[in-house]
Amino acid sequence: MPNIKHLEDICTQVRRDILRQVHKVNSGHPGGSLGCTEFFVALYNEIMDRKDTFDMDGIGEDLFFLSNGHISPVYYSVLARAGYFPVEELNTFRLIDSRLQGHPTTHEGLPGVRIASGSLGQGMSVAIGAAQAKKLNNDDKLVYSLHGDGELQEGQNWEAIMYAAGKKVDNLISTVDLNGQQIDGATDDVLPMGDIKAKFEAFGWTVLEIEDGNNLEAVLSGMAKAKAETGKGKPVCVLLKTVMGNGVDFMMHTHAWHGKAPNDEQLAEGLAQNPETLGDY
Amino acid sequence: MKTYTYTEKKDTRSGFGAGLTELGRTNPNVVALCADLIGSLKMNDFIKENPERFFQIGIAEANMMGIAAGLTIGGKIPFTGTFANFSTGRVYDQIRQSIAYSGKNVKICASHAGLTLGEDGATHQILEDIGMMKMLPGMTVINPCDYNQTKAATIAIAEHQGPVYLRFGRPSVPIFTPENQKFEIGKAIKFTEGNDVTIVATGHLVWEALEASKALHEQGITAEVINIHTIKPLDDAAILESVAKTGCIVTAEEHNILGGLGESVARVLATNNPVPQEFVGTNDTFGESGTPAQLMEKYGLNSAAIISKAKKVMSRK
Repeated sequence: MPNIKHLEDICTQVRRDILRQVHKVNSGHPGGSLGCTEFFVALYNEIMDRKDTFDMDGIGEDLFFLSNGHISPVYYSVLARAGYFPVEELNTFRLIDSRLQGHPTTHEGLPGVRIASGSLGQGMSVAIGAAQAKKLNNDDKLVYSLHGDGELQEGQNWEAIMYAAGKKVDNLISTVDLNGQQIDGATDDVLPMGDIKAKFEAFGWTVLEIEDGNNLEAVLSGMAKAKAETGKGKPVCVLLKTVMGNGVDFMMHTHAWHGKAPNDEQLAEGLAQNPETLGDY
Repeated sequence: MKTYTYTEKKDTRSGFGAGLTELGRTNPNVVALCADLIGSLKMNDFIKENPERFFQIGIAEANMMGIAAGLTIGGKIPFTGTFANFSTGRVYDQIRQSIAYSGKNVKICASHAGLTLGEDGATHQILEDIGMMKMLPGMTVINPCDYNQTKAATIAIAEHQGPVYLRFGRPSVPIFTPENQKFEIGKAIKFTEGNDVTIVATGHLVWEALEASKALHEQGITAEVINIHTIKPLDDAAILESVAKTGCIVTAEEHNILGGLGESVARVLATNNPVPQEFVGTNDTFGESGTPAQLMEKYGLNSAAIISKAKKVMSRK
């Protein structure tokens, strides 16, 4: 059984890391990052069967691809806290000469990152390719990916969704962060996407829902169920309902903090709501 | 003067197909992807011999580029196949982010480039692809001139680590380079020696350049014909060495003169040894339907055009 208290401590620390990263450079994307904290912490500390060291090919281990690259603050924090690079490097987020670019990239050789993302809608195709390579290599490990709900408005996703089902890419678990928000407002106001679950199912995917994507135990059990659905001839989609800005009360339930950094007072308030657990970088 | 003849004509896309088939036999990491154009890209033999290493993507080129990028993670060497238009403009951002910026070892193999696609018309006749691809940091851009060179280039790029854009075409054209040649990426090939004018050509225009040099020779003009099959990285030294002798240059390509080989050559000359240059290529225009020969004549992409530009550039010395 996973130690929930320990994972919660990591989540709290990751939330601090997110706030401090974006505050320092007065830019970046805290809202979606905070909303996906529990997912990332569960994935990297419990769900994925991964190696401690990083190599690009990742043969014999589970792989993860972040498609909505703007939530880099949570990705970087979780990668650092998982040991891929020193946590002190979080100090360099978005600064010149840093490996922690505004959006994740392989270009500066940051361990843990296998593809650049930021221009939306491209990650699922890449994850499918990596999953196909695993099959060719007789590698029975899995490929995970994460996508924003607004990101599903990009057409390439639907090419990928059609392909993955049609070609039975059943070693792939693609999670959609259903926070209902995008830059210009609620997804239902910007471009209503209808029943996303029915859409994935109609394309031939197995779909699971995690109703409270900010509850660690719900995420852990939901992802375990998703894992059990792999290898059955269908790709697996997890619809993860989260609250944007989760864990910092004034950032929650709004798109306002999609791409905006807190000021000094707001940072202090956010950090007070998330007391230090593992130690700040 | 060294002259070139041919006994057989073949399409360069068949050279690609033959090269891919050979790679299928020699390199177990090579995989191929196609967006519903297997026959046009001549990928049938590879697929027949290696069905498990072939991915039919359907008409979804953006997805194909992403899947190709993903396949490199795990050590595969993906070769994507579709028309040049759908290999570049349609998927520029996917190539830019998922392949070039991510440094992925994908070989983008593009057929039916340029006007010689013919009757299908301007929607399919891309004349901007070299420009788009050469602007991407880290991208190697190759446009071979005949069947044998295309086959050799296809085999060579599998050994090159990094993204490559390989451009070839639809029509049957003379085979005038050696069978089983060794293809050196980035190394220009001098076809004829000359003192009066340098003619630098790529792709289908190389044969036209050789025809032009033959005609010029009969008029007492010696032209140095250089085949630039690799537009990026460009063989600056070969160009500079030749113009140091001839003092002028004509560039010839089946591409828009804005953004093509000619502009790359102009940069090399401007920063090293400015000499008069004339451009053979399309001039900021779309193509249209017609036979390849009609189109090449109408848009000034044949030996007659090269001869005329050679005389003009010599007069500017």
